[in-house]
Amino acid sequence: MLAMDYRGPYRVRLSEKPMPKILHPRDAIVRVTRSCICGSDLHLYHGMVPDTRVGMTFGHEFCGIVEEVGPEVENLKAGDHVLVPFNIACGQCHFCKQGLFGNCHESNAQATAVGGIYGYSHTAGGYDGGQAEYVRVPYADVGPTLIPDWMDPDDAVLLTDVVPTGYQAAEMGGIQKGDTVVVFGAGPVGLMAARAAWLFGAGRVIVFDHIDYRLEFARTFGPAEVYNFKEVDDVVVFLKKTTDGLGVDVAIDAVGGDAKGNFLQTLFGTKLKLEAGNAIALHWAINSVKKGGIVSVVGVYGPTGNMVPMGNVVNKGITIRANQASVKRLLPRLIEHVRAGHINPKAMITHKVPLADVADAYHIFAAKLDGCIKPVLVPNGG
Amino acid sequence: MTLPVKTESPSLVDTSTIPGWGVDADPRNDPTYPMRDQTQDHGLTRHWDRPPIQHPDVEILQSIEHIRQPAVVGTSTPPSGLSGVLRRTAFRWSESNWIHWLMLMGADRINVVEGVVADLAHARLPNIPGEMGIRSELAYNKRGFTKKVAVVAGVSLAISLLARGRRARKREDGTQG
Ligand SMILES: NC(=O)c1ccc[n+]([C@@H]2O[C@H](COP(=O)([O-])OP(=O)(O)OC[C@H]3O[C@@H](n4cnc5c(N)ncnc54)[C@H](O)[C@@H]3O)[C@@H](O)[C@H]2O)c1
Ligand SMILES: [Zn+2]
Ligand SMILES: [Zn+2]
Repeated sequence: MLAMDYRGPYRVRLSEKPMPKILHPRDAIVRVTRSCICGSDLHLYHGMVPDTRVGMTFGHEFCGIVEEVGPEVENLKAGDHVLVPFNIACGQCHFCKQGLFGNCHESNAQATAVGGIYGYSHTAGGYDGGQAEYVRVPYADVGPTLIPDWMDPDDAVLLTDVVPTGYQAAEMGGIQKGDTVVVFGAGPVGLMAARAAWLFGAGRVIVFDHIDYRLEFARTFGPAEVYNFKEVDDVVVFLKKTTDGLGVDVAIDAVGGDAKGNFLQTLFGTKLKLEAGNAIALHWAINSVKKGGIVSVVGVYGPTGNMVPMGNVVNKGITIRANQASVKRLLPRLIEHVRAGHINPKAMITHKVPLADVADAYHIFAAKLDGCIKPVLVPNGG
Repeated sequence: MTLPVKTESPSLVDTSTIPGWGVDADPRNDPTYPMRDQTQDHGLTRHWDRPPIQHPDVEILQSIEHIRQPAVVGTSTPPSGLSGVLRRTAFRWSESNWIHWLMLMGADRINVVEGVVADLAHARLPNIPGEMGIRSELAYNKRGFTKKVAVVAGVSLAISLLARGRRARKREDGTQG
């Protein structure tokens, strides 16, 4: 079968790989119909995530048709069209039982901090991902969810990650009616967070980025007040000024370690890799939230450490909430929201690219070319 | 009020001997709800009912913070070559140790070279510009492309001039090497 093949930082290609096999009685094999490239894949693509091995196939946002199931799979059968949450979760460990499907203890041998994630380096379990014609799906009774008849597969594939992630970002913000919410990052995750903030009753939503076409999109998709951080002197001062000097109620980091802006963070985090990425968005979130406020982090950072103003967290009494999205937990609610027209995920898809052109799709998304917001890879016959 | 016992860590302190233990506990003051649901007693212990265990036929490196192999494991790209040796070594340290991650990053870089060597060994010349998406760079970012080409050309020129200068100087001094 054909699959995306990582060759090193900034280098990917399509290769012929062996068909995935059932390796566990609860596995399924899924024929991929759609597979996105995510902002999270860019951390891998840029060589920022330790233990990213040459030859691995990325892709944690995919949907497809069940091809084969292992002997212990009960809820799925060949032919089912499913969307597959990016978390590999057993559904019965200490953490899954609490709804922490992003933190399963039975799916990642290489690390304990995070559960298994499809195609996301060996630090997230060493599973080949869905940017391929076929993919192995462990614990097939837990994650995969039937795509309702009425749902467009373009919406379904976005429910595997960015929609629940943006939604959980707002949820973790503990937004109360009338709150002012700032979202850093106008990528698909930040856009969804801005949209979801309203669902939780926000009174005001502000989005920061430095890419104008994305800000323009956020202005209507949020809808939100949008600002280019390159055009303001000091983001924190700007936010304080626009909130009577108090700061925002809730600050959401939807950027993560691939942030731009700030010389020192770029030097230490991006260039020298002494930090687990550039943490300037998190730094801004901590410093711009009001005392007693909540910082909600879904932006992804590496496993080492980052320079953030911890002293301010203490002195301001900030609550920081963060996690990998628990997709499975949120799906029922989000499917309702799509049906009710509260959210329109597929509006974010700007590029549909044949799997064969995976190298160009990565470059376009990474370099933010051609107005790209969300690219979707479609295998032949998908 | 009794709280569900969630782990079986040894209880070094008998809470019943502490005056006032738990009197201020307030389940509603849980900033992690609804991220995690602690309202019900799920009977959580370290000994949850485990899924069947996968027996991988490839080498799996395992965090030393795990007390046992998780029930399923990924079998993509098992460690191999020099990068594999380095990865194995890295797993002697825990996730909270910098050296663990630094060694893995080092292994990743070596692995890239191994990938190219493997390609060549299979009589395949990797099309690196293609893998980097050069077509889209040309189509959507001509200026960036020209800039990059200019920088690469400039740097290579500078290096070759330097090298030539040094060689010429050495020849003049009559030194060898
Ligand atoms: N926690 C989770 O479960 C989860 C799931 C999916 C994605 N993520 C993470 O969310 C983040 C965003 O994902 P995405 O798909 O939207 O990525 P993306 O790359 O499309 O978007 C990131 C945006 O942030 C902007 N940006 C860069 N520096 C900034 C700064 N200092 N301030 C404000 N904006 C800045 C970029 O210009 C870009 O538009 C990534 O870190 C990704 O790994 C987390
Ligand atoms: Zn993703
Ligand atoms: Zn689990």
